[in-house]
Amino acid sequence: MSKIGHYARSFLLLELLQGLRLTLRYLVSEKFTVQYPEQKTPKSPRFRGLHALRRYPNGEERCIACKLCEAVCPALAITIDSERRADGTRRTTRYDIDLFKCIFCGFCEESCPVDSIVETRIHEYHFEKRGENVMTKDKLLAIGDTYEKEIAADRLADSLYR
Amino acid sequence: MPEPLATALGWLPHELGLLVEALIKVVALLVPLLVTVAWFTYAERKVIGYMQVRLGPNRVGPKGLLQPIADAMKLMFKEFIVPAGANRFLFVVAPVISLTTALAAWAVVPFSDFLVVADINAGLLYVLAMTSLGVYGVIIAGWASNSKYALLGAMRCAAQIVAYEIAMGFALVVVLMAAGSLNLREIVLAQEGGWAQWFWLPLLPMFVVYVISGIAETNRAPFDVAEGESEIVAGFHVEYSGMAFSVFFIAEYTNMVLISALTVIMFLGGWLSPFPGLADLAFVGWIFAPGVHWFIGKLVFFMFLYLWLRATFPRYRYDQIMRLGWKVFIPLTIIWIVVVGIAIMVGLPPWFDAA
Repeated sequence: MSKIGHYARSFLLLELLQGLRLTLRYLVSEKFTVQYPEQKTPKSPRFRGLHALRRYPNGEERCIACKLCEAVCPALAITIDSERRADGTRRTTRYDIDLFKCIFCGFCEESCPVDSIVETRIHEYHFEKRGENVMTKDKLLAIGDTYEKEIAADRLADSLYR
Repeated sequence: MPEPLATALGWLPHELGLLVEALIKVVALLVPLLVTVAWFTYAERKVIGYMQVRLGPNRVGPKGLLQPIADAMKLMFKEFIVPAGANRFLFVVAPVISLTTALAAWAVVPFSDFLVVADINAGLLYVLAMTSLGVYGVIIAGWASNSKYALLGAMRCAAQIVAYEIAMGFALVVVLMAAGSLNLREIVLAQEGGWAQWFWLPLLPMFVVYVISGIAETNRAPFDVAEGESEIVAGFHVEYSGMAFSVFFIAEYTNMVLISALTVIMFLGGWLSPFPGLADLAFVGWIFAPGVHWFIGKLVFFMFLYLWLRATFPRYRYDQIMRLGWKVFIPLTIIWIVVVGIAIMVGLPPWFDAA
């Protein structure tokens, strides 16, 4: 009897029709493709993208060359040189991040006592020449200046958990 | 239909007039056909995309509608490479054979009572001959490429088509018995009188066998072992590039449309309307009158079925394809020949009482 049932099922193609019904349902269902350059998915305030060096509101750079980020960096991507300035404070003369080495773990940002090195939401960038992968102090400060508003807002949004 | 055309060309010498008339008819058939094929590829990508909850091509032109044109341009400007060890003559001829046979079979397909290029008596036989010849394109391509993958694909294709050609042929024999004619137009006319009169009902198993064998004949998923990407790269057309590749592609899609058209003619009453009784209604009556719009509507459904099946089913294992062809379809068709034979002998109404 079960053999007859088996033949009936396979000759009526029931399982195949079930499959066809499933694909037909998906044909008319809503598509969730994100049309990337035009549409973007929301990003968290904790997003770890391109790095930036921040300044205080009075224009003084935050970094005090404590080299905690350099020490904590697991990929050894950060190189810092420092000197004593005329007013007696210690500042960096060189602050390089090699983005080919960087793994975007965010440890540098976590270790920074003055919230100077941060990772921004920027993730769409590219290099066209050899050497551009090394973000120098000037470049990092420029990014910080440009995006200061967004960076500050993100730190504020996440401040309860830091 | 030929009368107005023939009169318009009356001023030409007789033979030349016939030639020009045939040429005009062929162009009138092939241009819409190739346009259909071009946008069929677009429809395929779109339908499969939608079934996979994607959007499909949507960058070239509005909703991606110009995608086929972009594809054609790309393929035309690509280099046509003949592999060093290939048989040059056969390598070039193979895609031509594929396309020629695929297009030639369309000559006898009746789009409506009078819209047909060649209304010949042995139309069904001609179609069978042409679709079988198409295999030569594939086999020659596989052999001439001098590539192991191509040869494997060609051998698989040959074995598969031999198996399914028989089932398909027997299914058509049943249709032939039921209609009492080899002429495709008369096969359609034998199904006159509403959806219940069409042959799909008395020949239901043959209808299913024909549709499935048709998919196997055209080497489409789930029977696409001849070009199974995951197994033998691209099968018989691995070595082809540029326009030669796209000729294979066009031939494959033309064949898909052809098999769909034949299914419609043989089992679903061609251009006949399912509700001929409603043709006298005011205003909407013309929709229910038989005509080319019914043919195209049914055709589109079967073309969609091809894409639907491809999006739904995984590829058949090779030995299972053979099992299905030889051990299921061929016995089934032979049994149904007997059943239909008895039905015709006793004049089973409502299908076989007239004959």
